[in-house]
Amino acid sequence: MISFTLNDKRVSVDSDPNTPLLWVIRDHVGLTGTKYGCGAGLCGACTVHLDGKAVRACQTQVSDVTNKKVVTIEGLSANSSHPLQKAWVALEVPQCGYCQSGQIMKAAELLKATPKPSRAQIVEHMDGNICRCGTYHKIIAAVEQASREG
Amino acid sequence: MTMTVDKGQISRRGVLAGLGGMSFGLALGTDGVSLFGAAEANTQADAKVFNAWVRIAPNGTVTIYSAGAEMGQGSMTSLPMILAEEMDADWSKVAIEMAPADRNVYGYTFNNARDMAIVGSRAVMLYFNDLRTAGAQVRKVLLANAAEKWGVAAATLRTEPGFVVNPANGQRLSYGEIAAFGKIPSPLPTVAASELKPRKDWRLITKGVARRDTPLKVNGSAVYGMDVRLPGMVYATTLHAPAHTGVPQSWNDADIKKMPGVIGTVRLPNGVAIVAQHFEQAMAARNALKVTWNSGAAGSFNSEKALEDYVKVHHDANAQITNLEKKGDINAAFAGAAKITKAEFRSDYGYHAQMEPLNAVVRIADNGQSAEVWEGSQAPDATRDQVAKALGLKPEQVTMHQCYMGGGFGRRSLGDYAGECASIAKEVRRPVKLIWTREEDIAHGMFRPQSFQCVEAAQDASGKVVGWKHCVVGEGGVLLHTGIRIPYYDIPNQNIERRGVSHGIRLKHWRAVGHVFNVFAIESVVDEMAVAANMDPVEFRLQRMAATPKARKCFETVAQMCDWKAPRPAGRALGLSITERSGSLGAGVVEISLNRETGKIKVHKVWGAIDGGIIVTPAPAKANVESAIIYGLSSILHERVTMKDGAVQQTNFHDYELMRMSDLPEEMHVQFVDVETRPTGLGEIGNPFIAGAIANAVHRLTGKRLRHMPFTPERVLETLKA
Repeated sequence: MISFTLNDKRVSVDSDPNTPLLWVIRDHVGLTGTKYGCGAGLCGACTVHLDGKAVRACQTQVSDVTNKKVVTIEGLSANSSHPLQKAWVALEVPQCGYCQSGQIMKAAELLKATPKPSRAQIVEHMDGNICRCGTYHKIIAAVEQASREG
Repeated sequence: MTMTVDKGQISRRGVLAGLGGMSFGLALGTDGVSLFGAAEANTQADAKVFNAWVRIAPNGTVTIYSAGAEMGQGSMTSLPMILAEEMDADWSKVAIEMAPADRNVYGYTFNNARDMAIVGSRAVMLYFNDLRTAGAQVRKVLLANAAEKWGVAAATLRTEPGFVVNPANGQRLSYGEIAAFGKIPSPLPTVAASELKPRKDWRLITKGVARRDTPLKVNGSAVYGMDVRLPGMVYATTLHAPAHTGVPQSWNDADIKKMPGVIGTVRLPNGVAIVAQHFEQAMAARNALKVTWNSGAAGSFNSEKALEDYVKVHHDANAQITNLEKKGDINAAFAGAAKITKAEFRSDYGYHAQMEPLNAVVRIADNGQSAEVWEGSQAPDATRDQVAKALGLKPEQVTMHQCYMGGGFGRRSLGDYAGECASIAKEVRRPVKLIWTREEDIAHGMFRPQSFQCVEAAQDASGKVVGWKHCVVGEGGVLLHTGIRIPYYDIPNQNIERRGVSHGIRLKHWRAVGHVFNVFAIESVVDEMAVAANMDPVEFRLQRMAATPKARKCFETVAQMCDWKAPRPAGRALGLSITERSGSLGAGVVEISLNRETGKIKVHKVWGAIDGGIIVTPAPAKANVESAIIYGLSSILHERVTMKDGAVQQTNFHDYELMRMSDLPEEMHVQFVDVETRPTGLGEIGNPFIAGAIANAVHRLTGKRLRHMPFTPERVLETLKA
């Protein structure tokens, strides 16, 4: 049994210790907002917070999160109230939306450490997250809006 | 396994309608994921069916089916909005559900057939008139019922959003009230075009509404095929033959079946499927598979060598030729030409790279007489057909549950992997979720074809272009020649043809597909002639290419937008191109710079002037064009599939690189040319003008012409050295 905190709730799973956290969250626990895009740490669709830091869930073994705090998109806020989520809705950032959980989680890490990032800081921080629909310009605008209004 | 995370009920109807107040999370009920919430189902139970598209409940909720398969383009919302406009519904009371996969009822008419495939930017364009008529029909029934109740003539009544009103005495009946007592005539009343709402009265069309999927896509609650879970469900993944014509002979079956969690293996016509308790176990087993393949015809395929062989096909007098356009007297035009310009072009295979790897879930009833499939599909009707075929059922015995798509771009319109999933489910007699790994998604991809092209243009003594020859060589039939015709130029003598070859490579529609390389060739040659004539590229197109009035409008608009003639900073240059796609026209300009050490092209600014007819929902329309521009930039600057010994050489996003945020242009401007014509396709129009615009800008900057796309840094360096 491996126990950790997921979105402020204690969870225990009996999966193999080597199992990527991604599949534990999605299939064993059943929170599917965290997405599988590449399985190789190349796209960022599976980004979650581990003790406050953005990590790739596909590259994190479940044994590595024992007794640690994991936050997924479902746990980022109650009722989509995080300033980033509000900005994402206001600017209609998502198109297919598949990468956006990861985008928002990655951006949330940035705003926590750097509440007023420059455009260059946003780009540098977000460059590992692919959006195939090409919503990058809207992501930048939404991060800036959240930073102003958050 | 214990699980202590809060579970809420997820409602498919609620999810799609974006209703608030719901606790999201996947509910593992006795019947699996509850895609239909109980409360929502109750409100719908007493709803009255007005026509195939619309139900109205006594509480006023108007439920409209959407045939807009949602892959990010927004038509899930915009199609019901068109209908709601005509029926004068109160949009805040409209709930959206995905239409059943029945093409005879919910298909559009295209080439005299009914079809539900959301491809080629068709959704708004092809459903526009049908949905307006369906909405007007519902309004007519509502008016007739109110008229009968009040004992007045229907013609004396009018509607306001959600109400029938009698202007004579101020009486009002809500649509919900009418639904409670109303009678639905059979047959339903017909609607003449003259009865549709005049444009000046539109409240929703051309103004737009908020997309209903947005709130679900910022908190993880939108359900993609990847997210569906059923009780007793097991996971499958596949290893297909490396060569696209390959067949499995044998594999290390006993070893694989000993691996943790593995339930079984299934022989597929072109690969091996592994079924396991968990996906990570299936993946581990897939990685341990050792298969002996019979590679078939494509087993020795080498894409780079094949491309060079296309040149021979172009010169082969006995080649198989499909004529695409024959106009005037091409021989006379070239024989009498004052100047002939000729150039050759090449393009490589392209991969869709939709963010959600392909997947499907299939559950077969215990008695084998029915089945359900969950998939995000561009063509739910095709998915239903494929599952039925795999199971030996009739399509009506299969229920298709449409899900959100994590990107489509043309790949998700066959239902092929849903059929594959059904075959696996039939073998293991359990509900199955099939997921292709990213590696599989690329290795067994269906690509934009590679091509060789030769374009020749003849100018008369006055400099006018009077003759046009374009030959494209490759595999893929129609995929190879979309966008090769030039209806935006009025050239009197034309000969446009395709020369087909056959390698057995899997090919597919791909966000405007042939347009991407054909328009690159066309607009490069036009630019070459403009430069040789020492004319401004815009002026050349207007005067010497006889650009049509609609094209002229696009050129003039984009020239104004980018201040075309204004000087640019040192090291920067502009390039121009035009394209048509799905009835729309788009002229684009890019501003670039070039690192001559690394060969990297940087696109700083993009302008696009788009004629898409009536713009039904302005915000998503603009977002679609911007998205296609980025898709174009990514594919032209980075993306390339190559094959050696029949196998795709790229494996994931480290060697099939997609554009990232740091390559985003600093500015992107999209403007719609205001027109009154019916709406045309907007999902792809932003893509095909990119390659020509970049190549023409590179020529302005360096005097060199790029002839082979994509324009990778290595290729740019080679071109600069040449």
